[in-house]
Amino acid sequence: MDPRRTARTVSDPKVRQVGFFTPAPPERSISDPPRFQDPIQPPSPSPTQVNDHSPSGNSLSPVMIPPAHHHSDNFLRTALQVTSPTKAFSYSAKTVTIPPENEDVASSFSPGRKVVSAKSPSSFPGVKASSVPASELTTVSVVNLPPGISEKAGGASVEVQNDRPVSAKTLKEKTSKAERRALQEAQRAAKAAAKAEGTKASSAASKVVTSANTKPSKAAKSSSQKNDGSQVAASEKKGGDRAPEKDRKKDAPHPRMQYDDKSRVEKAKKRAVVKQTEARNRVELFRHLPQYEHGTQLPDLETKFFELDPMHPAVYKVGLQYLSGDIRGGNARCIAMFQAFKEAIKDYSTPPEKTLIRDLTARISSYVSFLIECRPLSISMGNAIKFLKNRIAKLPLALSESEAKSTLMLDIDRFINEKIILSEKVIVKHAVTKIQDGDVLLTYGASSVVEMILLHAHELGKHFHVVVVDSRPKLEGQLLLRRLVRKGLSCTYTHVNAVSCIMQDVTRVFLGASSVLSNGTVYSRVGTACVAMVAHAFRVPVLVCCEAYKFHERVQLDSICFNELGNPDAISKVQGREEINYLDGLVNQENLQLLNLIYDATPSDYVSMIITDYGMIPPTSVPVIVREYRRDHLWS
Amino acid sequence: MPDTQALVNDFLNKLKKRKIEGSQATAKQTAELLRSVISQTRMPYTNQAAALIHSVKAVGERLIAANPVELAVGNVVRRVLHIVREEDLSLTTAAMAGLNLSAESDDEDDTDRDNHPALSAAAIAAASRSTLRPPSLQTLLEDVPDSAAVPHTSSSGGDSEGKSKSADKSSRSRKLKHDVIEAVNELIQDISTCHELIAEQAVEHIHQNEVILTLGSSRTVLEFLCAAKEKKRSFRVFVAEGAPRYQGHLLAKELVTRGLQTTLITDSAVFAMISRVNMVIVGAHAVMANGGVIAPVGLNMVALAAQKHAVPFVVLAGSHKLCPLYPHHPEVLLNELRSPSELLDFGEFSDCLDFGSGIGAPLLHVVNPTFDYVPPKLVSLFITDTGGHNPSYMYRLIADYYSADDLVLERRTTSGN
Repeated sequence: MDPRRTARTVSDPKVRQVGFFTPAPPERSISDPPRFQDPIQPPSPSPTQVNDHSPSGNSLSPVMIPPAHHHSDNFLRTALQVTSPTKAFSYSAKTVTIPPENEDVASSFSPGRKVVSAKSPSSFPGVKASSVPASELTTVSVVNLPPGISEKAGGASVEVQNDRPVSAKTLKEKTSKAERRALQEAQRAAKAAAKAEGTKASSAASKVVTSANTKPSKAAKSSSQKNDGSQVAASEKKGGDRAPEKDRKKDAPHPRMQYDDKSRVEKAKKRAVVKQTEARNRVELFRHLPQYEHGTQLPDLETKFFELDPMHPAVYKVGLQYLSGDIRGGNARCIAMFQAFKEAIKDYSTPPEKTLIRDLTARISSYVSFLIECRPLSISMGNAIKFLKNRIAKLPLALSESEAKSTLMLDIDRFINEKIILSEKVIVKHAVTKIQDGDVLLTYGASSVVEMILLHAHELGKHFHVVVVDSRPKLEGQLLLRRLVRKGLSCTYTHVNAVSCIMQDVTRVFLGASSVLSNGTVYSRVGTACVAMVAHAFRVPVLVCCEAYKFHERVQLDSICFNELGNPDAISKVQGREEINYLDGLVNQENLQLLNLIYDATPSDYVSMIITDYGMIPPTSVPVIVREYRRDHLWS
Repeated sequence: MPDTQALVNDFLNKLKKRKIEGSQATAKQTAELLRSVISQTRMPYTNQAAALIHSVKAVGERLIAANPVELAVGNVVRRVLHIVREEDLSLTTAAMAGLNLSAESDDEDDTDRDNHPALSAAAIAAASRSTLRPPSLQTLLEDVPDSAAVPHTSSSGGDSEGKSKSADKSSRSRKLKHDVIEAVNELIQDISTCHELIAEQAVEHIHQNEVILTLGSSRTVLEFLCAAKEKKRSFRVFVAEGAPRYQGHLLAKELVTRGLQTTLITDSAVFAMISRVNMVIVGAHAVMANGGVIAPVGLNMVALAAQKHAVPFVVLAGSHKLCPLYPHHPEVLLNELRSPSELLDFGEFSDCLDFGSGIGAPLLHVVNPTFDYVPPKLVSLFITDTGGHNPSYMYRLIADYYSADDLVLERRTTSGN
C-alpha cells in the first residue's frame, strides 16, 4: 500500500510496454474515453476528469485504468435521474465547491453512499493537487452539522490525506490535519445539506452504512477508534466508523469459514436450509473445506420447492442448478445469481415496521447463504454480491419502495452488462491482436472468454489451429471442442497428461480464470497450473483472460488453503470407460480417499500476461487493478 | 528349427499388436524366446560364437522392428548378444590362460590367477567390459596381462554371467551353448526378481510420515511401497490416476488392499498437491543412456512440478529397462499414439469428425500419446537393482551390460567375432 510505489507504476509507461502491449494505443488516449465504455459512458467526459487523469500519463500505456470518476460520475448521473432528493443535494454540493475536483465529487456524493473511493489510496497526483484549494475553504464552524455528514466527509478527507504520495508524516500530524479537513468537508457538506432536506437523508444514510457493516467492521471499530486519536473521536462518536484505519482494516479480506472448526460448523448447520450429509473418508489436508455426499440433497430440496417460504423461487431454482451442476463457469453462475436476485427484488415488498434497506440486505444475505450451501461461492460471485449489497446500502432513504427496487434492478442490469458482457467483449478485442496466422493456440478446459476469442479470431479470417486440453472428471473441453469444430475451427484434442508432448508445437496458451488474486496468482480450474507450468518450461507465452470483476484482493500461495471439493465419486468412476472399475468395492474402505479438487492456483511466474477489460497487464500489476477497481466502483 | 520359427512369429505378432503389457513381461518373454533360439541353433565346428550371434541378431532385428518403441526388446537382445560374446571370451581366455600360464609365469599377477583360477575369465570379461572395447580375439591377445590385473574389481558381472568352468578344450563346442543358455537363464531370473532387489532398498528412502506421489501404475513402485510398509513405516500415498489408461486406479486398489493410506487424485491436481508431497516415486518405461526417462505419459508434467517445489523425483527401473541408446527427439521418435477412442467417444463425435471430409483434412485431431520423455535434469535419483544412481552416471552403468558392438543392431558384417 505504499502510495509512492504504486503511483510510479501507474504513471510509468515504460513498465507497461515490456512484453505484450496493444499496437493501437491512440484510441485509449486521455481525451478519448475508452471505447468499450461508450454505451455506458457519457459521450463527453467532463474536463475535470481529463485534468485529473492526465498526470498519470497513460496515453501510451496499453493498460487502461479509467479515470476513477467516470463511473462515479456515471453513478451520479443515474442518481440524478432516479432520485430527486439526491439530485438536489449533490447538485448543490457541486455548485458550492469552486474547483470541481476529485474529492468534491466524492464528498458531494457521500451522503448517498459510503466513501469507498477514499478507502483505496489514490495513485493519481490529481488528488494531491486538489487538497490544496480545499484547505483554503475553511471558514465556518461545524457546530450545527448533522453528525452523519461530518463524519463521512471527515473520513474521506483523512483518507485522501493518507494517500498523498508524500506520506512521511507522523500519525499525530495526520489526525490533526485530518481533523481540520474534516471540518472543511463537513462545512461544505453542511451547506449542501441545508439546501436539500439533507439532514434527514444523511443521518439515515449513515445509519444505513453502519448497519451494512457486518461483523469484521465491528471488530475493527474499537481498535480504529483507539488509533484515531481522541480529538477526532470526541466530535464524532459514531464517526470512528469512518476513520481511515478502520477502512484499512476492512481492506483485508476477512477470514473464510474453516470447516475443521467444529463449533462453527455446528452453528452453521443449524441455520442451513440444505441438509447435506458429510462425505466419509475425507482427505486430511482438506478438512478445512466442506465436502458433502453428492446427490443426496437434490431430491430432498426439489420436494421442498414449495415449502420454503423465505426463499424466493428464482433463487431456489438457481441454487438447485448450481447443485446439480447445470450452471457452471464463473460468468454464467454470476449472471444466473443476479438474474435470480433481480426477480427476488422485483417481488420484494418491505414488511411493515421494517426499512427496505435493512430488510433487503438481510434477505439477500439469506439467499446468499442458501446459495453457498448449494455450492460454495466463486470469488467473482462474492465480488458481485458485495457490489449489490453496497448498492442497497447506498440507497437514499427517501426513495419510495418501487423506486428503490427499480434502481437496484437497474444496477444489477448494469453490472451484468458492463462488468461481464462488455468486459468479455473488450477482452476479446485485446486478445485477438495476439493471434496471428499460423498460430497454434492451446487452451485448457472450457473458458467462455477464450471461446469467444477463438471464435472471433476465426471470424476475422485468421488461420490458426486450436489445441484443446482436457481433463477428468468434468471433461468440459469436449463441449468446447464440439462448439469450436461446429464453427469450422481446426482443433486437436488431448488430455492434460499429454500436454508436454504437444506443447512444443504450440505458440500461445490462452487460459481462462475463475479469479485473479492480488499477488498475481491465477485461481482457476484444476489443471490450469499444470498447463501453465509446462508452457513455461517450453517457453510458450501464457495469456490469462479474466474480467476485472473477478479480481480479488486475497492472496494465496498454494491450492490447499482455499479450494473447493467436488464430488469424490466422480473420481472413482471414469465416464465412458466402464471397464475401469477397479475401485468399485473399495469406496468405503477407510484407507482409500478420493480427492476431487475443483480449482488450483497458478503461480504468477508462469503467467506472461493477464488480459482484462483494462487492457493487458503483467501479473505484477494485478493489485493496481484491484485497487483502482474498488476505488472506481466504490466497492466494498 | 521350424518350432522356433513359429515361436518367433507368434511373439512378433504379439509385439506388433501390442498384446504384451509392460516392459518387464516383454523383456522376460524376449529372453525366453532368445534362449530357445540359441538352443535350436546348430553349432558349426568353427567360430561358434559368431553363429550364435548371427542367429540371435537375425531374430532380434525382427523383434525390434516389430515394436521399436518397446525398448526392452532391444535391451534384452543386446544383453543376450553381450552374454554370448562374454561366454565366448571367457572360454577363449580360459583356454589361453591354460596355454599361457607356463610361458608367462613371471607376470606379477600370476599368483592371483593361481589362487583364483575360476575368477580369471570373469575378470577378463569384466575388464573387457570396462574398457568398452569389442572383446575380439585380437584385443584379447594384446590385453591379457592388463585385463588379468583387475580380477578383484569385477563386481556384478563376474558371478552372474561369467560362470566359467574349468576350460576343457575337448568339450568346448557344447560348452559355449550350455554356458550361454545358463547365463540367459540367469538374465531371465534377474528380470523377474528385479523388483525385489529394488524393493529391498525402500526403507532407505522412505521414512515415517512421508507423503509420496506416484502416477499411473507400476509393479516396481507397488512392491517398493509395500516393502516400506512391511518395515512398519507409515506414510501416505497420493496416486494420480494416469489418464487415459487410469492405471492409477489399479495401483490405488492394490495399495488399499495392502493397508496403505491412499488418496486418489486426478492428473490435473498434481500441481496442486505437489507442494505437500515429500517424494515422487515413479516407474519408467525405459531409461536412456543420457539419464533421460521414457515414462508413462504425464510424468514430465509431474517432474516439472516436482522440480518447481524441489521435491525429489525418484525413478525405479530394473536393469532390463536400461537402454544403451541416446535419445533424439524422443517425444516423437520414441513415442506411440494410442487410440483416440480412449479420449473421445467416437459415437458422440462422429458428426464432428465428418465435418472435414469435404475440405480434405479433418478438422478434429485427437492426440493420445503413450509416453513422455523426462529429461535427466528433472530426475533426482534412479534406483535400480544395483542401487541408487545419479542420472549422469547412467551411461556408465549401462555400459556394463552391453557391448559396444551391439548398439546398432543391423544386419551387417560387424567387427569382432
